[in-house]
Amino acid sequence: MNERIKKLREKTLKAEPSITAERALLLTDFYKKNASATLSWPMKRALAFRHVLEHKTLFIDEGELIVGERGTGPKSTPTFPELNIHSLLDLDILDSRPKISFKVDRETRKSYEQEIIPFWQGQTIREKIFAEMDAEWKDAYNAGVFTEFMEQRAPGHTVLDDKIYKKGFMDFQADIRKTIGSLDFRTDPEAFQKKEELEAMSVAADALVRYAERHAEKARELAAREKDPQRKAEFERIAEVCSFVPKNAPRNFWEALQYYWFVHLGVITELNTWDSFNPGRLDQHLYPFYKKGLEDGTLTEEKARELLQAFWIKFNNQPAPPKVGVTAEESGTYTDFCLINVGGVKKDGSDAVNDLSFLILDVIEEMRLLQPSSMVQISKKTPDRFLRRALRIVKTGFGQPSIFNTDAIIQEMIRQGKSLEDARLGGASGCVEAGIFGKENYNLTGYFNLPKVLEITLHNGVDPKTGKRIGLETGDPAGFASYEELFAAFRRQVNHFIDIKIKGNSIIERIYAEYMPTPFLSLLIDDCIVRGKDYHNGGARYNTSYIQGVGVGTMTDALTAIKYNVYDQKTLTMPELLDALESDFAGREALRQRLINKTPKYGNDDDYADEVMVSIFELYHDAVNGRPNAKGGTYRINLLPTTVHVYFGKVTGALPDGRKAAEPLSEGVSPVQGSDRHGPTAVIKSVAKMDHLRTGGTLLNQKFTPQLLSTEEGMGKLAHLVRSYFKLDGHHIQFNVVTAETLRKAQKDPGKYRDLIVRVAGYSDYFVDLGPELQEEIIRRTEHASF
Amino acid sequence: MPEGLIFDLKKYAINDGPGIRTTVFFKGCPLRCRWCHNPEGQSFAPEIMIRPSRCLSDCSECVAACPEGAIVKTAGVPVLDRPRCNACGKCADVCPAQAIERVGRRLSAAQLLREIEKDRIFQEESGGGVTFSGGEPLSQPDFLSEILEQCRKKEIHTTVDTCGFAPADVLERIAEKTDLILFDLKAIDEKKHIAFTGKSNRLILENLKRLAAKGKKVVVRIPIVPGVNDDEENILGTAEFLRSLGTISEISLLPYHKLGRDKYRGLEKKADDDDFTPPSAERLERIKKDLEDCGFRVSLGE
Repeated sequence: MNERIKKLREKTLKAEPSITAERALLLTDFYKKNASATLSWPMKRALAFRHVLEHKTLFIDEGELIVGERGTGPKSTPTFPELNIHSLLDLDILDSRPKISFKVDRETRKSYEQEIIPFWQGQTIREKIFAEMDAEWKDAYNAGVFTEFMEQRAPGHTVLDDKIYKKGFMDFQADIRKTIGSLDFRTDPEAFQKKEELEAMSVAADALVRYAERHAEKARELAAREKDPQRKAEFERIAEVCSFVPKNAPRNFWEALQYYWFVHLGVITELNTWDSFNPGRLDQHLYPFYKKGLEDGTLTEEKARELLQAFWIKFNNQPAPPKVGVTAEESGTYTDFCLINVGGVKKDGSDAVNDLSFLILDVIEEMRLLQPSSMVQISKKTPDRFLRRALRIVKTGFGQPSIFNTDAIIQEMIRQGKSLEDARLGGASGCVEAGIFGKENYNLTGYFNLPKVLEITLHNGVDPKTGKRIGLETGDPAGFASYEELFAAFRRQVNHFIDIKIKGNSIIERIYAEYMPTPFLSLLIDDCIVRGKDYHNGGARYNTSYIQGVGVGTMTDALTAIKYNVYDQKTLTMPELLDALESDFAGREALRQRLINKTPKYGNDDDYADEVMVSIFELYHDAVNGRPNAKGGTYRINLLPTTVHVYFGKVTGALPDGRKAAEPLSEGVSPVQGSDRHGPTAVIKSVAKMDHLRTGGTLLNQKFTPQLLSTEEGMGKLAHLVRSYFKLDGHHIQFNVVTAETLRKAQKDPGKYRDLIVRVAGYSDYFVDLGPELQEEIIRRTEHASF
Repeated sequence: MPEGLIFDLKKYAINDGPGIRTTVFFKGCPLRCRWCHNPEGQSFAPEIMIRPSRCLSDCSECVAACPEGAIVKTAGVPVLDRPRCNACGKCADVCPAQAIERVGRRLSAAQLLREIEKDRIFQEESGGGVTFSGGEPLSQPDFLSEILEQCRKKEIHTTVDTCGFAPADVLERIAEKTDLILFDLKAIDEKKHIAFTGKSNRLILENLKRLAAKGKKVVVRIPIVPGVNDDEENILGTAEFLRSLGTISEISLLPYHKLGRDKYRGLEKKADDDDFTPPSAERLERIKKDLEDCGFRVSLGE
């Protein structure tokens, strides 16, 4: 890492996240002046976008090569009052909360008090959503049966493909004109709406080109004032780059990176999208520029490395905008889930790993930043050398890159009806979510708390926490003559709550389609231009909605405990069990220990428990998979938790597996923390018994002590472990390589361990930023000590 | 059909031969190495192991379950009258907290094979297989022979990890059915060997010669215990002996550690290794280098 990058890296690590009111004020100003009743929503949103980009503060930092910030500087974070208005209390909490805080200065607070809150109160999407939800939905939401992703962030889960490396924004505008030209107003009743949407896209395209040009102007000014000839030349180059892209297709490596970065800023400024946009298959997109540059002598490996590092820093400067309420609990992190994909296969199915793939891994290792997150795609054709290179980074213990099975992702996508070529060019984003890059709106709609539904089933539809009946009356469990009767009751309850969730989702999806179109993002995702339809309104080629199942491990162990102890061994009666759960096992420690130690558990390659897991998987799959969403697409499942297993744990009472009330649930498809006692191969065997190919992503977390990876031989064996899991169709695996002792030390002395990054659940985070429960949980996760 | 007595089965064993392996620990050993870290592998009978820290203060199910009346709870922990105990394991069965464990289970070769085959996919992917260790697997020759045959039928790579103290005909019979032998050599000097393991090394050295003469694939493992066998005389003497055999080329060094201490306590056996300390990294490197200079390929195991 050279001096320039070292300085920029230090700066981004030290920068304190803060709130800037600039975007909110600009938006308020625009909305006040543009209240025309005949302005269509797409056009209003496009003009608002243009207004923000035209007036927002520009920032070019000392030494920077890739330029542009979403806020007014590193980690300055704008807000999105059209989605969610932060109250003054929210701002005070953000400013003072110990974890994931954002500084709010007096000026910002004043702007909120005097301008932003008075205008937006009662006008936000969040308020609209909660007003539209019925009592059933609210009861389930408040009980913690599910969460709602779209209540304060927009459904933006998508990733870019290679289109911007081949087309400039002028080309997109030509495409737009072509579609407008072919609209048939005589036969197509939607033609007018399409025209409005397309014209809005065109305005949004202009807005970004103009925003880039403003950077060019600023760089020229800086160049004129600069004394140092080297930096002067750099400013001139920046000016040249910014006036060429995104207007035109990039000509070289530098322009390609800067182009993407402007596009990224456009997407995350237009709306606060979930699982922030990312460039996807970066090694594939950039390789032609890299190769050409090396060949014609305009680029060196070192220059490419420096530019990539400068690019990396830009991501780390953009914390996820501050979340509040349940959403802050389900995703308590600064990371915005930009998951850069490296490796995989090409469109023709051949291995895609190239020299740049290795160079990017170097950058990941050297930068060691929270963002962007990174992953490697491993297909059966991927060379071992590449996998081992990735594992050597994993070994350094910062949780990146995570490891994905390309062959599984492709099969998952094809099963969902996508084309083979599109699938090969896709990958994973967010935490572990498989998707078609550049062509799919694959929206996560919320987490679903399976163990909570079991708790409600065991109380005949009543949530014992509140005493309120929120589920169906499926019968007093003491009266169930067989395990099958209990399972059938559980199935009815799951279906009941999924119905409630989907009904709510359909309303929310239409709220976004009607009131919050996203013309800029629509420019970038096929086939929005061709269809003349917004991304939020079914414009994408593929439109998938997910409900993310949580607590598979806890759920399995809980049902297994009932099946084994109550119905098979008959060592326990249902009333006895319910009584023990009621009292949170008070005075029943021996029973609790028996449930923990003497009952089959998921994660040990024990068919007794694993068959229960498969039955739960099938139940959940059947409840969700294949149902239509409100964007012309289909519901699918995936199994991942971010940090919601801690929140869901808090709202869930004691469970039959011996878990006490309020303890975290298991995460992803991983076994319950500490219950896997036969090492990683047994975990993998258990986990692989579910059919990963019928999901859109599963998350498996394994914690390893560094000793297991201390030798090249140990590393080789870990590579075999990964390959074996992938042979079994496993979707994703990630490793936390850190000792519990180190984590304990970090808890005691957080200041010294500021940079300690651990894998949480599909993403990495600073250990000291995690809440105490999550810290404890990470420590507890079974360490697969060397044998 | 012979049954085996097994005290543990470890998956993802990555230090007991090539690839990812399942290691099966046979119970019972003819040697009594003072540094032994698997004391539960020494006796040829099942044993009761107690971990008092796990015991629940208000539970005494073990006391009630013991048909011999051999358990009392004193100061909140179970105390076992070992002479009266026949290790039937009823206490372990009822203990909810796994504070009491019965070490040693009998199983047939078919049952064991089922366990081994569970990790087939990892073994095949990594060029691994199964390792029979202990204790001393050669001390249960009929069972070992049977399981080796069954593995060969299923084309599972087999390794036997032995101290070499077994009748020559047993060793030869087993060697024919095994793909790889890990052969422990603890000390080259006979007196030292007797002093630290309780047995002469003559039979062991003869056995190794025999295997070498047959050209059997053997990796020699040397536990490195400072003050016992880490001296130059022993290392070079061992190297000299191995070189004279002509067909041995690979040595694995196993540094002594104290991780078995809790198990001694659980069995109420006295650990006899107070005067030992783990070797330093420098010492290990030195020994490794010395042996490499003698022409061997040397790896550090765990």
